[in-house]
Amino acid sequence: MQDKPPPDEILGAVARLMRETLLPQTSGRSAFLLRVAANAVDLVQRQIALAATSDDEERARLTSLLQRDGELAELNAALCAAVESREIGGETPGLAEHLWATTLAKLAVDQPNYAAYRRLANPPQKD
Amino acid sequence: MLARARPGTNGIRNLRRLSGGATQETWSFEAVLSDSVTPLILRRAPRAFQGEERQAIGLPAEALLIGLAHEARVPVPKIEIVLQPSDDMGEGFIAQFIDGETLGGKIARDPKFAEARKALAHACGATAARIHAIPTERLTMLKRLPPRTRFDELFRRYKIDGTPRPVFSLAFAWLRERIPPEPASLKLVHGDFRNGNLIVGPEGLRAVLDWELAHLGDPVEDLGWMCVGSWRFGEIGKPAGGFGTREELLAGYAAGGGTAPSLEHLAYWEVFGSLNWGIMCSAMAPVFTSGLDPSIERAMIARRVSETEIDLLNHILPRG
Repeated sequence: MQDKPPPDEILGAVARLMRETLLPQTSGRSAFLLRVAANAVDLVQRQIALAATSDDEERARLTSLLQRDGELAELNAALCAAVESREIGGETPGLAEHLWATTLAKLAVDQPNYAAYRRLANPPQKD
Repeated sequence: MLARARPGTNGIRNLRRLSGGATQETWSFEAVLSDSVTPLILRRAPRAFQGEERQAIGLPAEALLIGLAHEARVPVPKIEIVLQPSDDMGEGFIAQFIDGETLGGKIARDPKFAEARKALAHACGATAARIHAIPTERLTMLKRLPPRTRFDELFRRYKIDGTPRPVFSLAFAWLRERIPPEPASLKLVHGDFRNGNLIVGPEGLRAVLDWELAHLGDPVEDLGWMCVGSWRFGEIGKPAGGFGTREELLAGYAAGGGTAPSLEHLAYWEVFGSLNWGIMCSAMAPVFTSGLDPSIERAMIARRVSETEIDLLNHILPRG
């Protein structure tokens, strides 16, 4: 068993160092690259927090949709083949729900600030 | 070298690399003459990346196109020098520096460009129409990519990439049923006509940049690409570059002498565009992992595939 602190907390400290300490001392292209690097650290943190659960859920949906078991990559390849051969299409029950859930789970890691994602993940409250 | 275009040049100063562009370098500098200083831009492809993107026409061909666009009253930076092998600087060219904003997010959101945004989609439409009217007889170096060829080539790139993505497979099925008929004549397509490849000032459009993906094809492709979600920079309610509506873009296109397409025809190329960008992003992963370009920028572009998946789903399988 590895000791504490855990990876996500260490990465959090790395991102804070980059943004709060280094960025104010940097300008031009270096500042741009530093910002990209800090965003990459954030992405890895989100993947550590979210991907295990979302991969399990994706695999469960694929198993039910395809009526077979397998590794995630293998099941995705099987779904692609079924879509390309028209066995499965937009009208197939469960397909739209599966693709939306999978895509939203990817964006939650890759780009939670992407506007099209934010609109669906955090819909504006009605007054 | 600079003396070829500007006799009397004594030297250069303020050389600096501009941000953006992971494959090609863009530098700004000033050419110093005895009595004046001229701001210029150098675009070059270092040897390691030449031919990496097989679709690119190469900077020398790009320089030629920019010259033709200038004659056709398309706003572009005037080309001063095309790099020769004897310059030992790789491929590229030196062009006039046009002051203004290129960052898509600023153009879409900065209050400084509020006035410019009002007419920008219309201006982009009119500019696209002028590009598409450029005679194609001299453009023998460009690939002929009618809609069917473009579709087949994108599907081939998806298969070469090899990552199975059900959203992409479904998007291909959607597109396959809607491939536009071959146009009577193929037009010059800019190929990367979008917010991010424009120079904009507070008064409006100043230049169209990055001609390296130009080809001959269905001109509606450029209009659809301008509306792809990835180039809206958060302003998703303004499909044309994050600054205007599809209707403004098409009205400008008609005003510039083009034949405005149907919204269905435009939607085909918008979906095609999202899929194209998604496959380009996906191709960044092996470039990063192989060490050809191990930059974090490259890795982060590879992680933009999912933005194209949500944009595709919003088109082909909208919720509720």
